Amino acid sequence: MGANTGPMQMGGADLQAGSTSGEVFCTGDWTLRGVARLERHLESFAWPGPGEITLDAGGVTTMDTSGAWLLHRTIRALEERGRQVRLRGLRPEFEALLSIIAARGISVEDRVGHAESILARIGRVAWGRARNAIGIIAFLGEGSLLLARSLVRPRRIRWRAVLHNLQIAGFEAMPITGLLSLLMGLVIAYQGAGQLQRFGANIYVVDLVGLAMVRELSPLLTAIIVAGRSGSAYTAQIGTMKVTEEIDALRTIGVDPMELLVLPKVLALMVALPLLTVYTDIMGVVGGMIMARTALDVEFGAFLDRFNDAVSLSSYLIGIGKMPVFAVIIALVGCYQGFQVTGSADSVGRQTTVSVVQSIFIVIVADALFSIVFNWLDI
Amino acid sequence: MAHAQRVEAVIEIRDLNTRFGSAVVHDNVSLAVERGEIFALVGASGSGKSTLLREMILLQRPASGSIRVFGDEVLGLNDEQALPLRRRWGVMFERGALFSALTVTENVGMPLKEHTDLSDRLIEQLAAVKIALTGLPADAGSKYPSELSGGMRKRAALARAIALDPELLFLDEPTAGLDPLSASGIDELVRHLREALGLTIMLVTHDLDLLWRTADRVAVLGDRRILGIGTMKELSASDHPLIREYFYGPRGRAAWEQQWKQK
Repeated sequence: MGANTGPMQMGGADLQAGSTSGEVFCTGDWTLRGVARLERHLESFAWPGPGEITLDAGGVTTMDTSGAWLLHRTIRALEERGRQVRLRGLRPEFEALLSIIAARGISVEDRVGHAESILARIGRVAWGRARNAIGIIAFLGEGSLLLARSLVRPRRIRWRAVLHNLQIAGFEAMPITGLLSLLMGLVIAYQGAGQLQRFGANIYVVDLVGLAMVRELSPLLTAIIVAGRSGSAYTAQIGTMKVTEEIDALRTIGVDPMELLVLPKVLALMVALPLLTVYTDIMGVVGGMIMARTALDVEFGAFLDRFNDAVSLSSYLIGIGKMPVFAVIIALVGCYQGFQVTGSADSVGRQTTVSVVQSIFIVIVADALFSIVFNWLDI
Repeated sequence: MAHAQRVEAVIEIRDLNTRFGSAVVHDNVSLAVERGEIFALVGASGSGKSTLLREMILLQRPASGSIRVFGDEVLGLNDEQALPLRRRWGVMFERGALFSALTVTENVGMPLKEHTDLSDRLIEQLAAVKIALTGLPADAGSKYPSELSGGMRKRAALARAIALDPELLFLDEPTAGLDPLSASGIDELVRHLREALGLTIMLVTHDLDLLWRTADRVAVLGDRRILGIGTMKELSASDHPLIREYFYGPRGRAAWEQQWKQK
């Protein structure tokens, strides 16, 4: 080790001005452990006055790439400010490390992350949304075309896959949709009970529960649960298949992924959702009946008598008739977002979130449009 | 003298036994890796190379035996106790295992961010240094792993493995799935890193070219035991039938002949 007249600190890396002018002593462990403190120290370090700076690195006991980088960075920064820097006393093995890092020509400047202006960000996000919307519409068109073509030639339909999806998305959804719809019926009747009782209009609980459940709530509830249960599953499945190149494999074998993966799901949901709605209608009304008897003393017989007058057939059919449309929305958005996955686990998660949010959103918008249209038609 | 040798052994495995159910994978395996060495584990598929590697890096536990790394017994350590050791070694997995949600720079910077209190600016610069050391172009840092080719992904994985300036590097199949040109790039990189950073390297590989070019010593695993340990030259002179089969199969011979032509 070189003659070390400067102050020496054991352990952590340090930098101290020497007694001779222009002399600076580097000491200690210039490794990851010491570098954090050293970096802070360097920021406030008072470099000796004008003229050449001599860095005496004889006191550096160990050095790794982080220490070498910091030394390199410091020297470069000084030189850029027009100072002459002389390095002496560095052990040959550390010298080698330093020269390797210097040779790589890594720039000292921070990469300037060009800050995006607000206008640019608005434009970028809007363009992304627009592309997404166009993509969904295009996919919807492609899906509808495929659906129409397969209905003309039903032999192309993969019935086994349809039945499998029907089982998973329809039959296996029965417990959860049924339970939630029963609870919903209970809650609506209970909330209405206080108001109705005040006017002695107990029997109108039938109108309240019947119309609300059958026409609006039970279809919407079913669609939302299925979007969360099955729409997300479609995205995750197709997305993972995309990451593992299974979609590409299907194409090379000459199987249309739309036909194999998308069509059976659309068909299955188109059958499953109306059926589920019939079932959730019943469960919701049963919930309302139970609460009507407990809270309002409306007997089951009286409830059902009134139900005939309160809820028209058209209300019931409208509720169920919306479901195939919701089914197409949920299945196609789920599949579309699956195909949008690019290459990473993170992307699968992101697209699955987008899929559920988007399908629920579009389902509710579609439901609102239905209300407006039916209002016009006076049904 | 014996004591001095023990201190210099970076990895020391003694009488290691591994069983999966009733299947015996390792039967009294012992080996020692010295400081500064490039040590390779080879063997046919299913001979337990990767299992042995996973046991050394504490991802799997053997049935019995002892593994000492840097002189300390590692078996039976909990995660908290293992942390100081884990900071002293780097691991590169066969398929890279880069975090797909992070850019290459963020991947390399992650160990630094977790285990040091450096400024973000310095972490980014150190990540750039590591990326440059593995021979990746500077613009690779801002890319995501899915945007990289297989060879670049291996280099990025290597950059992450050396992020904390480890003394010991574990490489699992560093050249698997690469074209010959990229693979020979990795050969040079491994040797270069050892010289530049003074690393001890333990690698598992099938690549005979890589073995000839980089490995100081090689252990051949087979038949649940270590069939032989030595330099490639010593092993290629071995008359053990399984070792001969490994090194003198059609591909082995090609690598061997090429080695002789170069000399």
